Amino acid sequence: MVNIKINGTAYSVPEGSTILEAARNAGIRIPTLCYLKDINAIGACRICVVEVKGAKAPVASCVYPVNEGMEIFTNTPKIINSRKTTLELLLSNHKKECLSCVRSGSCELQELCNEYGVDEGSFEGEKQVFDIDISAAHMTRDNEKCILCRRCVAACSVNQGIGVIGANERGFATMIGSPFGMELADTACVSCGQCITACPTGALAEKDDTDKVLEAIADPDKMVVVQAAPAVRASLGEAFGLPVGTNVEGKMIAAMRRLGFDKVFDTNFSADLTIMEEAHEFLDRVQNGGTLPMITSCSPGWVRYCENYFPEFIPNLSTCKSPQQMFGAVVKTYYAEKLGKDPKDIISVSVMPCTAKKYEVGRDDQAAAGVPDVDITITTRELSRMIKKAGIIFNELPDETADSPLGTYTGAGVIFGATGGVMEAALRTAAWKLSGEAADSPVDFKEVRGVEGIKEATYNVGGKEVKVAVASGLANAKKLLKSIKAGEAKYDFIEIMACPGGCVNGGGQIIQPASVKNFTDIRAERAKALYDIDSASKLRRSHENPDIQALYKEYFGEPNSHKAHEVLHTSYKAKTLYK
Amino acid sequence: MAFKKSAIPFSGTAEQEKRLKAVIAEHKNDPGALMPILQKAQDIYGYLPIEVQQMIADEMDIPMEKVYGVVTFYAQFSINPKGKYKISVCLGTACYVKGSGDIYDKLQEKLGIKGGEITSDGKFSLDACRCIGACGLAPVLTVNEDVYGRLTTDDVDKILAKYAD
Repeated sequence: MVNIKINGTAYSVPEGSTILEAARNAGIRIPTLCYLKDINAIGACRICVVEVKGAKAPVASCVYPVNEGMEIFTNTPKIINSRKTTLELLLSNHKKECLSCVRSGSCELQELCNEYGVDEGSFEGEKQVFDIDISAAHMTRDNEKCILCRRCVAACSVNQGIGVIGANERGFATMIGSPFGMELADTACVSCGQCITACPTGALAEKDDTDKVLEAIADPDKMVVVQAAPAVRASLGEAFGLPVGTNVEGKMIAAMRRLGFDKVFDTNFSADLTIMEEAHEFLDRVQNGGTLPMITSCSPGWVRYCENYFPEFIPNLSTCKSPQQMFGAVVKTYYAEKLGKDPKDIISVSVMPCTAKKYEVGRDDQAAAGVPDVDITITTRELSRMIKKAGIIFNELPDETADSPLGTYTGAGVIFGATGGVMEAALRTAAWKLSGEAADSPVDFKEVRGVEGIKEATYNVGGKEVKVAVASGLANAKKLLKSIKAGEAKYDFIEIMACPGGCVNGGGQIIQPASVKNFTDIRAERAKALYDIDSASKLRRSHENPDIQALYKEYFGEPNSHKAHEVLHTSYKAKTLYK
Repeated sequence: MAFKKSAIPFSGTAEQEKRLKAVIAEHKNDPGALMPILQKAQDIYGYLPIEVQQMIADEMDIPMEKVYGVVTFYAQFSINPKGKYKISVCLGTACYVKGSGDIYDKLQEKLGIKGGEITSDGKFSLDACRCIGACGLAPVLTVNEDVYGRLTTDDVDKILAKYAD
């Protein structure tokens, strides 16, 4: 520990901490813009400057370590003026569209300008002019709102190991983009959206598909059904002022009903269905000499990464569609037949923590009934905007439950939203199957839980040793796949999620500012909400879901049957895009 | 945003590729190797088109954006080849106050290219340079080794006409 003074008060703080961290522990928030814990400590934006006694000039607190006897001043007139000038300079080259900007109210630049009373600024001059990049299926980039903090670049290169965006040119011409002025759609971007949740301003945003949903609901000839992914309920409440990790499942369902959806279902149901298919596919590969390790295919960001960067692992990918797509496929086949409806008259909508889902709905081989399995997908953020615009007072809603039969789920389905959840859910059903369907086969596989980037475990499943690995964040996936290629590691079954921490931290979730993310692990908080639902569930293994049992009995026969393959499985293709 | 790929088709040879790969291999385990590799690559090819940057990125196992970001940061690197006639307009202080900015603008307009680019027939490339030590002749431009001084915008057509072949 070292002894320091902040604004005249003495504190004892851990050695090696930065001034920013020490101040935060002392209850003082120093504003930041470019700093993102673990991935972007570059001291570039100069918003976090503080005065240190004896130092010639203000220092960047995000990268400046404390030392014994240091006296720090975070709030002097000199510092306040410096921050104001920095904000004015940023505004001088910023498209001030704040009234209608998608990030108005959650923009970190706007919040600081408000705090510091900065409006127009005194630096009028040339502004950079850019076209908005709308080429990608999942997002838009408006560089005229970019403040060059490079948080998106860090998310893309450090967390995801992809790096299709970076800082180009120099001086005033500096801009974030892809090589040779390529549009995002020309690059091997995997659509994960981690850049969007890293962005402090409205420069990056998901493509808004809420109008399409409203139009569908307003069409009297269409039946509109909606599914919401497990992770959505662990984040949606944040848009309405609730703490990170509040489970709002009941209110979420009530809100969707009030928005006018004809049926409100749950992706947790098709997560259970995915496990039935995937666990049996795994057992089949083990017993019949199929390609191992088998790797999960729930995360479209990961699937796209595999196709772009590691096509040699395509035979390892499970052929199972993702839960979103399985749900859509079941709606347009089984459910449509049950209702005697033409699948063309059903609009299938999904609410996802994910931007890559916007790309996934348009993939080949995702149309079991000859029409797209899922018609429209919106993110958690878009749902929150729809709820607000509709005047629904979210926090006063009653808790409701999803419709039947595609709304029933087990604890195994809900943990899909956290890294390790798919693996654990699959192991639960595989262990049951391999133990001769014993009622007391194991349920808890705790070694694969937690936010760590790569997890490994070996389980004795029904007398057979199964070596598993779980990776989240594509930089970790890359590391894992390289070690397999080099022959340094060997596994039977691998779960990979594109986003660090899994879907709870997906690119479509409610955006928390750096001031929260730098000091709270939002991945762990949101995951906890899902594991709490699981541990409180009566049924915790996918095969115990009575509606899943009925679905097989009435329609598919058994897991991996010919019909199941036609409806619930898909295929992959290697891609060559600019990396 | 326009794809800034060079209008001139890439004509790298197997021999050049072999030399580039040897340079990269030489720096394989050196973490700060990108700069010297880019400098040598530009020596080999004369410029750094997308094909060369992709080769460097693949060999070094880094994203092409990382290469491109460095290339566009430093004025010494060019993503376009140089023309048969390399026009270089001095925008140093003395030339600039004597109106070289207007000459530069007129050349861009006449050639239909921006600074750093090359005409699609490969004939002219245009660059701005800083002081070439001929301030007494300001404003100055050079075409390959030929120096032209005390210019006005009216001289631009005459100069270009000299290189009609």
